[in-house]
This record gives sequence, structure tokens and C-alpha cells, in this order.
Amino acid sequence: MAPMLEQTEVAAPGPVPDPMLPMPYRIQRVRQETDDTFTLEILPEDSSSRFSFAPGQFNMLYVFGVGEVPISISSNPANVPLLKHTTRVVGTVTKAMRKLKRGEVMGIRGPFGSHWPVEDAPGRDVVIVAGGIGLAPLRPALYRLMAEREKFRRIVLLYGTRTPDDMLYRRELEQWRGKFDLEIQVTVDRAASTWRGNVGVVTTMIGRAPFDPSNTLAMLCGPEIMMRFTVMELLKRGVAAERIYLSAERNMKCGIGFCGHCQYGPTFVCKDGPVFALPSISAILGKVEI
Amino acid sequence: MIQTLEPILREHPFFRGMEDQHIRLIAGCAKNVRFGAGEVIFREGDPADHFYLIREGLVSVQFVIPHDGLTTVLTVGGGEVLGWSWLFPPYRWHFDARAQQDTHALAFDGKCLRAKCDEDHDLGYDIYKRFIQIINDRLEATRLQLLDVYGTHA
Ligand SMILES: Cc1cc2nc3c(=O)[nH]c(=O)nc-3n(C[C@H](O)[C@H](O)[C@H](O)COP(=O)(O)OP(=O)(O)OC[C@H]3O[C@@H](n4cnc5c(N)ncnc54)[C@H](O)[C@@H]3O)c2cc1C
Ligand code: FES
Repeated sequence: MAPMLEQTEVAAPGPVPDPMLPMPYRIQRVRQETDDTFTLEILPEDSSSRFSFAPGQFNMLYVFGVGEVPISISSNPANVPLLKHTTRVVGTVTKAMRKLKRGEVMGIRGPFGSHWPVEDAPGRDVVIVAGGIGLAPLRPALYRLMAEREKFRRIVLLYGTRTPDDMLYRRELEQWRGKFDLEIQVTVDRAASTWRGNVGVVTTMIGRAPFDPSNTLAMLCGPEIMMRFTVMELLKRGVAAERIYLSAERNMKCGIGFCGHCQYGPTFVCKDGPVFALPSISAILGKVEI
Repeated sequence: MIQTLEPILREHPFFRGMEDQHIRLIAGCAKNVRFGAGEVIFREGDPADHFYLIREGLVSVQFVIPHDGLTTVLTVGGGEVLGWSWLFPPYRWHFDARAQQDTHALAFDGKCLRAKCDEDHDLGYDIYKRFIQIINDRLEATRLQLLDVYGTHA
């Protein structure tokens, strides 16, 4: 297959009419997920808002007076207009965002970008490989899959983090494990001797995870180097490249294909991505920051 | 008694595709073992006179790291191999291994296996190739672990 972007496969609900205009949203709750990661639960000030999104899409979150950053939507698409964004503190804007409190208002533009191809998953095994904060953009896909569990064959979530304390959504994962027919395997890079789970990189779990490679759809999100090695293991196991999707979360500015900040060759990560089928992104994967 | 281990060896991913005559030769060096959750399998510095094919369960590979204490750096589960220090002088373990869960394994006597490999170089070549693949996979995984990929922005 030619390495073209498969726009039709990943077309998603478009943004609000003026994509450059942030809409005010009020913070309902701030949840500390780990040492450096928190989740904001927000509702639109405009109660008639008809915001909807597809799993994998992102919003531009604007902290007034500080700046704007792209953050994936990590909540259940069925629960709109309530939105959740799980953010890791790394620099200027995310630091300021961490200081926001319940009741304060922030600006939202979106939703933007392509989405996980959940609609192509019925009748197939679904393998989700997440690393660190990469579980956040995949959580809406998991909600979708759980909502229609009977349509899919095996669903396997392989999740790697640095230490057990860095795991996101721990309680929810436990609940899902008990409630749904879902294989969840978690691994950490290192742990105190009291940790009872797996230790080792997430890529090592692919070889022995229970799925049928000839009929598998894989969705990956995490650090790029982790995704590169995960792709190699999936291909080695026999998963078709066209059925491996990954989210490339490169730096962005406008989020809508105007500024060229995220452009690589003919590809704009913001509007063609962030979710790509492997053949259309293999040229970008592994390239230094653009 | 020993014969009964041959089908188990054949089924284990580590020996997949091995010639029957080789399976027969090495089966004589193997025995079934079982470790309860929490049981120490071996300790750093002990003589490495065995290696283990894990059939079921989970084993932690641990080191004492200054300030952090006893730290698990790897777990080895069903279908995997534990230990290759039996292959290389001075034949001593470089880490502790402890069963995290009730674990069933096949333990191979390293001296017995080394002797068979010396006698039959085809067998030795086959066994070394299998171990080199494991060592290579572990080295790659360790590199990724060392990169601390989640430490930077994910
Ligand atoms: C489509 C998309 C979805 C995203 N979803 C999430 C999400 O759900 N949760 C989340 O925590 N983050 C997410 N990010 C990353 C997030 O946008 C950045 O962390 C944020 O923009 C950093 O802004 P800052 O002002 O806090 O840091 P800055 O002051 O801009 O940067 C601080 C440091 O982080 C580096 N950095 C900034 N952005 C990135 C990036 N995208 N990749 C690698 N390094 C970066 C900078 O080079 C710098 O070294 C996403 C990014 C994209 C493009
Ligand atoms: S961020 Fe402006 S073109 Fe993509």
C-alpha cells in the first residue's frame, strides 16, 4: 500500500465554528493522578454546547495570560459535555495549569485531529499498548470498546510505566479487569521488592500477549522510542502494518494546519494526525523533533 | 521418570523446534521444581549450577541498590528462561531471584548440560544459539529500561 495518509479512515468530528476562538470552560474537579500528573474535569460555560469528540482527538487548552497547549481528551465520549484532560507537568503552560483550582475558568479550542479507528475493530482482536501518559489518549478508545464489548474479540491492554507510583487510572483499571472481559498486563521499569506485578519494558510483553496477529488491530501511544520498538515487535509477531495505529504528539502551535509548526514533508501532525496508520507515519517516526 | 519430561521440554517456547535426539539428551539433566510465593530461588554470589525454564508463575530478579534497597529490575514468567550464569565462568549468580507467585519450573543441572554440550557440539551450538537470542533480547530490553523513556516527556 502506498504510504499515503488515510484520511477517510480517521476523519473525525470537526472543531467548533471558529477554530481559533477559545470557549470558556469551568473546572469542576482537579485530580492528582501521580506526582507530576493531574486531571482537570471541565464543563462548558455555555450550557447549550454541543461539543462531541472521537477517541484520540485533542483540545487546545488555554491558561489565560500564560499560553495554550494541545492535550488529548481522556474522558468518555459518551459523557460530553463533561471533559477530562490528564496532563503531565513539563514546562511553562502545564505548570500554570497545575495551579488552577476548582471553579476557575480556562479556554478550550477543539476538538482537533484524527481518531483511533475503533470502527474498524469489530470482529478483531484489539491490542492497546500504552506507555506512561500515553494511556490518557487511549482511555476514550477503551470506553468505546467497553461500551460495545460483544463486538470485539480479545481486548488486550499492555501498559508500561516507570514505577508503580506512575501508573495512571489505577483504580479504574482494577475495576475494568474485574468487570469486563479485558486482558490487562501492566509492567514497570523498576519497583521495590514489594511490587507483585511485572517488571521489564512493555515491548517484551508483546511476544507472549494473547492475540491473533492475523486479525489484530493495534493502537499505540507513548514515548516515541517505546512506540518504535513496539512496532518492531508487533511486525515481528505478524500484525499487518496497515492495522497498527499510533499517536504522534509532536509540538504544535495553531492546531489547525495554519502555522506549519508541526509540518513534516506533506504531513501536518496537527490536522492529519495525531493518530496515524503506521505506513503513513513511518517516515516521521524516529526523526528528531520537528 | 525422566522420559516424562520430554513432552514438557518440547512444548516450552525456549526449546521449540529442537531436534528430538537433543531433547532426549538434555532431558536427563532436568528436573521438575516448585517454589512457593516469596521463596528465594538463589542469591547473588551463590554458585550458578542451574538454570530454570519457567512453566507457570512469576520470578523477580532483584538487586540491592544503595538508598533504594532491594529493587526488582526484571520479572520472568511462564514460557521464559531464568539465568545464564551457569554458562560462563566463574559460574556464580549476579543477582537474587525470588518467586513472586507459586512457580513451577524445570531446573537444569548446569554441569550436566555443559558436559553434554562438550560431548556433542551440535547440541552445544543449538543451546548456545538459543541462549544468545535470550541474552540479545534482554540486552535490548535493558537498554530501553536504561533510557528511562518515561522520564522525559511521553
Ligand atoms: C496532539 C497532542 C496531544 C497531547 N496530549 C497530551 C496529553 O494528553 N497529556 C499531556 O500531558 N501532554 C500531552 N501533549 C504534550 C503537551 O502538549 C506538552 O507537554 C505541552 O505542550 C508542554 O507545554 P509547556 O508549556 O508546559 O512546556 P514547554 O515550556 O513548552 O516545554 C517544556 C519542555 O517539554 C518539551 N515538550 C513540550 N511539548 C512536547 C511534546 N509534545 N513532546 C515532547 N516534548 C515536548 C519542550 O521541548 C521542553 O523541553 C500532547 C501533545 C500533542 C501534540
Ligand atoms: S500546529 Fe500549526 S500547522 Fe500544525
